[in-house]
Amino acid sequence: MSSIYVGVDVGASRTKVAVLDGDRNLLGYAVKKSGVDFSATAADCLRQSLEMAGRRDADIAYSVSTGYGRSNVAYAGETKTEIGCHARGCYLYFPKAITIIDIGGQDNKIIKLDAQGRRTGFKMNRKCAAGTGAFLEEMASRLDIALDDMDTLARQSTDMVRLGSFCTVFSATEVLENIRNGKKVADIVKGVFFSVIQRILEMDSLSENVVMTGGVVANNPYIVTMTEEQIGRKVLVAEHPQLTGAIGAAIYAIEAARRGIL
Amino acid sequence: MAEREVVLRRLKTARDVGKFMADYYYELDEASKSAKRKIAWCTSVGPAEILRSMGFLTYFPETHSAMLGASRMAADLIPSANAVGYSPEICSYLTADIGACIQGVTPLAKAFPGIERIPRADVLVYNTNQCRDVQDWFSWYAKRLHAPLLGIETHRGVRKVTEAHVSSIAAQMENMVEPLERIAGRRLDMDELKNGVALARQCSDLWEKCLGAAAAAPSPLTFFDSVTLMGPAVVGRGTQAAIDVYRLLLEELNERIEQGVGAIEGGERHRIFWEGMPVWGRLSMHSRLFAGLGAAVIASTYCSSWIFNALDPAKPFESMARAYTELFVVRSDEYKEQYIKEKLDFFKCDGIIYHDAKTCPNNSNSRYGMPQRLQVETGVPALIINGDLNDLRLISDEQTKTNVEAFIEQLEESRE
Repeated sequence: MSSIYVGVDVGASRTKVAVLDGDRNLLGYAVKKSGVDFSATAADCLRQSLEMAGRRDADIAYSVSTGYGRSNVAYAGETKTEIGCHARGCYLYFPKAITIIDIGGQDNKIIKLDAQGRRTGFKMNRKCAAGTGAFLEEMASRLDIALDDMDTLARQSTDMVRLGSFCTVFSATEVLENIRNGKKVADIVKGVFFSVIQRILEMDSLSENVVMTGGVVANNPYIVTMTEEQIGRKVLVAEHPQLTGAIGAAIYAIEAARRGIL
Repeated sequence: MAEREVVLRRLKTARDVGKFMADYYYELDEASKSAKRKIAWCTSVGPAEILRSMGFLTYFPETHSAMLGASRMAADLIPSANAVGYSPEICSYLTADIGACIQGVTPLAKAFPGIERIPRADVLVYNTNQCRDVQDWFSWYAKRLHAPLLGIETHRGVRKVTEAHVSSIAAQMENMVEPLERIAGRRLDMDELKNGVALARQCSDLWEKCLGAAAAAPSPLTFFDSVTLMGPAVVGRGTQAAIDVYRLLLEELNERIEQGVGAIEGGERHRIFWEGMPVWGRLSMHSRLFAGLGAAVIASTYCSSWIFNALDPAKPFESMARAYTELFVVRSDEYKEQYIKEKLDFFKCDGIIYHDAKTCPNNSNSRYGMPQRLQVETGVPALIINGDLNDLRLISDEQTKTNVEAFIEQLEESRE
């Protein structure tokens, strides 16, 4: 059987594994909460991904890890940054000059690629959770709603509430104030989504082709629609937006194999 | 990305610089205890030459606060200054140093056995060329220590240094002489001042040559070396001892260049310019992070701040005024951009890092579009890292690491 290549993205919130063949086709994948034992979660995700791909450990030619817990993956041959991996992963699906917006659990990134897929620059959010998945979790908690219900609720909004603060804690206070003032939860949730988008759009300018990735986008596709309304053009989204980092890591594994450094 | 084993080659002269600093602080401590000599507190680019020529020993609180940062004491001290009204948003040199005074601690006690406290102040003299915060900082001490306060209010955003700039600063310096003479109990001796300016110029020229040695490939020193070697240029300019130690340093750097020995073992794949303040509490971590990625951070605007090409013993007041107004930190963005462009070219850098220090807007040049403008003009990729000079509570090490690794990855891939 042909060799397979593994990419592991151990994020602050979720761990993602992607298994690719040498032609960069996605054969299997898994997503799990990262928890507190990154190493065990990465191993568990690999087992699930291999099962889905119908392959075995012995078929793995090389593995690359990325994300906050990238150094905790025992089976990875080397590590790469999330920025590099999202770039590789997105360029696979959209091979042109693109600006990638990745909304993660704890940080946001804007990555710019030229037409050849080379990085021309990147930005990460400051040491602040505003506009990240952690911000959504905090707001869901304040609103006493399930994180999974936010997308549906936001779509029901008829009169969006605008939140004025940059800060997650102050935004939470604003949410409470709006609840006291009788605002509808759906309108507040849409305002929360709008706030996420504003925090991202102020990070950097965007090029013509915009790609959105990350768990927040995967679980809340309405954020993509709202972003399109904000920037006035279509946004590109890969089939598995939460996996582009892991897929990019697997592509690095393929490239390492081709360079013969295994 | 793949990190490699890090071997940083320590310069032998670092020991001589260490001895210079020890001698400097012990002399101050002795004077403080015995009251045999007057002590003037001075800002880092204040008129030290005038003070020395009147027999004052000079003490620099900014250097003391950098030690609070490097020893990672600052974050525990800053809250004490916050509690008496100095915001956590302002200069963390100021807040750490005032906090240390309130708590009665000093890193000098640990670094130099026998020294228990900072020296007393007979007078405090500031120049706002570094920032306005030094004025507030020194004012607080003046009240606390019951010592007189003198100051120079500098020009900011200077595009071209004109005679009007120079004459106004020179006049402020000359106006200081009379009150300083009263405190010193002696007259200013112009020959002594001229000699002090001549020595300061020699120190500056040697320091410039030492920093310029980093233009060699591989570079014999890094920015992280330079910030620990610059003490004599800050506290000792105008003394023969500072000149002597920099002669030794230059000799060692030239030896390295002749032998092709770089500051980091394993070669430098990338040469990086650092704009802004160092993160004092992370010097070792940052030097290892870059070296581990094959990147040498070789030059900076910061360490060059103690190069004073205008100093001229024939015209002491005028030339000091000019030298302290030609400083990078007080110049316009237009001047700064041209300066950085020339340095990127001179040091053959393939990347530039801007440290956006949260509490130091004056020395953070990434807030008004400069990185973006310079990247377009030079084609040299830029990275902005968020941090602080002293307050480690404002730093995310993991984010810094990811940013730096991704930046070096980007530089690496641009070569493929």
